[in-house]
Amino acid sequence: MRFERAHNHTWRKIKSALAVGIAFGSALLVITPLGLVFFYLLINGAGSVNWDFFTKLPAPVGALGGGMANAIVGTLELLALAGVIGIPVGVLGGVYLAEYGSARLNSVLRFLADVLNGIPSITWGVVVYGLIVLRFKGFSAYAGGLALALIMIPLILRTTEEVILLVPNGYREAALALGVSRWKTIVHIVMKTASKGIITGILLALARVGGETAPLLFTAFGNRFWNHSLSQPIAALPLQVFTYAISPYDDWHRQAWAGALVLVTGVFCVNILVRILTRGRGASVV
Amino acid sequence: MGVAASIAVEERSVQERMARPSRFGDKAFEWLTLAMALAVVVLIILIGWQLWIGSSVAIKKFGFHFLTTSTWDPVAEQFGALPFIYGTLVSSLIALVIAVPLGIATAAYLTELAPLWIRQPLASLIEMLAAIPSVILGLWGIFVMIPWLRDYPFPWLKRSFGWTPFFSGPIYGPCMFAGGIIIAVMILPIITSVSREILRGVPDLQREAAYGLGATRWEATRIAVLSYAKKGLFGAVILGLGRALGETMAVTMVIGNTPQIAASLFKPGYTLASVLANEFTEATTDMYLQALFEVGLVLFGITILVNLLAQLLLRTIAAKSATRAVQ
Repeated sequence: MRFERAHNHTWRKIKSALAVGIAFGSALLVITPLGLVFFYLLINGAGSVNWDFFTKLPAPVGALGGGMANAIVGTLELLALAGVIGIPVGVLGGVYLAEYGSARLNSVLRFLADVLNGIPSITWGVVVYGLIVLRFKGFSAYAGGLALALIMIPLILRTTEEVILLVPNGYREAALALGVSRWKTIVHIVMKTASKGIITGILLALARVGGETAPLLFTAFGNRFWNHSLSQPIAALPLQVFTYAISPYDDWHRQAWAGALVLVTGVFCVNILVRILTRGRGASVV
Repeated sequence: MGVAASIAVEERSVQERMARPSRFGDKAFEWLTLAMALAVVVLIILIGWQLWIGSSVAIKKFGFHFLTTSTWDPVAEQFGALPFIYGTLVSSLIALVIAVPLGIATAAYLTELAPLWIRQPLASLIEMLAAIPSVILGLWGIFVMIPWLRDYPFPWLKRSFGWTPFFSGPIYGPCMFAGGIIIAVMILPIITSVSREILRGVPDLQREAAYGLGATRWEATRIAVLSYAKKGLFGAVILGLGRALGETMAVTMVIGNTPQIAASLFKPGYTLASVLANEFTEATTDMYLQALFEVGLVLFGITILVNLLAQLLLRTIAAKSATRAVQ
């Protein structure tokens, strides 16, 4: 096609519309997997999410039926363990970055936290294996919880710092002017004001590590029965989905889909809760 | 001391002058939070140290051969990680080839081209995609994506490009190409959202100038926004590369897990992260475990370098736009 000078403008407009169309197509393509994954999770998983799924132990190899009760409880236990270590360290570390420290030290710490967030989660599994599993001669819920906690720390640290920085200085000044000590100002005024944001960060971190499989493979290890002691191996929902997915049994595949659907529903519920919490965030923090 | 202190803390004057530093509670709280913040330093050192001592015997025994040989034979205790390094790099490269154009185009759509009402919901959907756990994407990959790829796009690729070494040979299903595609899905959200932040940071003056000269929407985006943000977008890509190299579960489930170096993307491969996921609990001998720790060390080394580069790139951009804002 050749265009005369006078048609140049039309041609440029067509080109622009074409570019917008391609960009729109790209955006559609990017979210297509989301729709497809959801569609297949519902089709393949919904039929198997029943009372048995939530209340029964996995059936022995070859037998049909059974559920993932132990894996669901196991994931909650692991998250509790991870939270006990990860939340205080992450939140208080974030407080330091926002409230204390020299600009230079803080920018180094922030940088390292961002780098840590990019470390593959399986690396944490290997490290905790060396630190805990080899030393104490066995897979354990403690090891799995620790691996998840270490992943949470840099995540929570960064989100806490960001929301604390949003608290206006006037709040601090008002408290300090009344003679309140610095640390009480931070705990009772600043952190309380930013509490919604801090909780949001914690929830997102929990949702993120709740779906992690790689760091649990050789720390928590998985368990086909109830876990009676935290120093024993423990089941986790993502681990169970993985084991069942790569197994040769059709009935296990069916349950893998059900487990995946429950896991994704949990993760998405937290994400939606967070979205509701942070709606009109600027206003709520101030 | 009082005078010196008040000079030193000029920048955060009000808060700091008002708080009496002599109070025990204040000092204790500051030290406590400092200790927690230093956890990030401790963690980085801890990873490096643990991986190093875990693999020290293997490092001594195999030396550089570990990185350059392809025999992975636990029974004969011969360990060479080259096929895993190759698989990691190739699958990540495939992922980047797919995800970079799509991610940047989507980011441009979200910040420059889309109607306003569509932007927020679309961005939320992309965040949702990022929230899907890797293992679930892998499950979907095994039972939905691979059968589909095997039946439709792969035969077509073979018919059209089978004369190149990349798309020749039999089609099994699980393969390097499938691994690359699933990694692309995993890294698309981060590439898109970081690119979006970068494009948002482009000053409006850039756009106004372009429109003022009569540019169309696309011309303004290309000339005034995308080319201005080039360096930042590069940072976003490198960040995505860092995530791609370490992606574990989904890749392990679709890449085929065979340690080989083959030109054809239809052949199964293996990555550093997948070999850890598959073989760590099977390591029966000390040397096998040592070799796996060394695989972990190699993976850590590669990802930390890539992430350092990405963060440095993104930080120089942030610093630049901050000084611009001050001016």
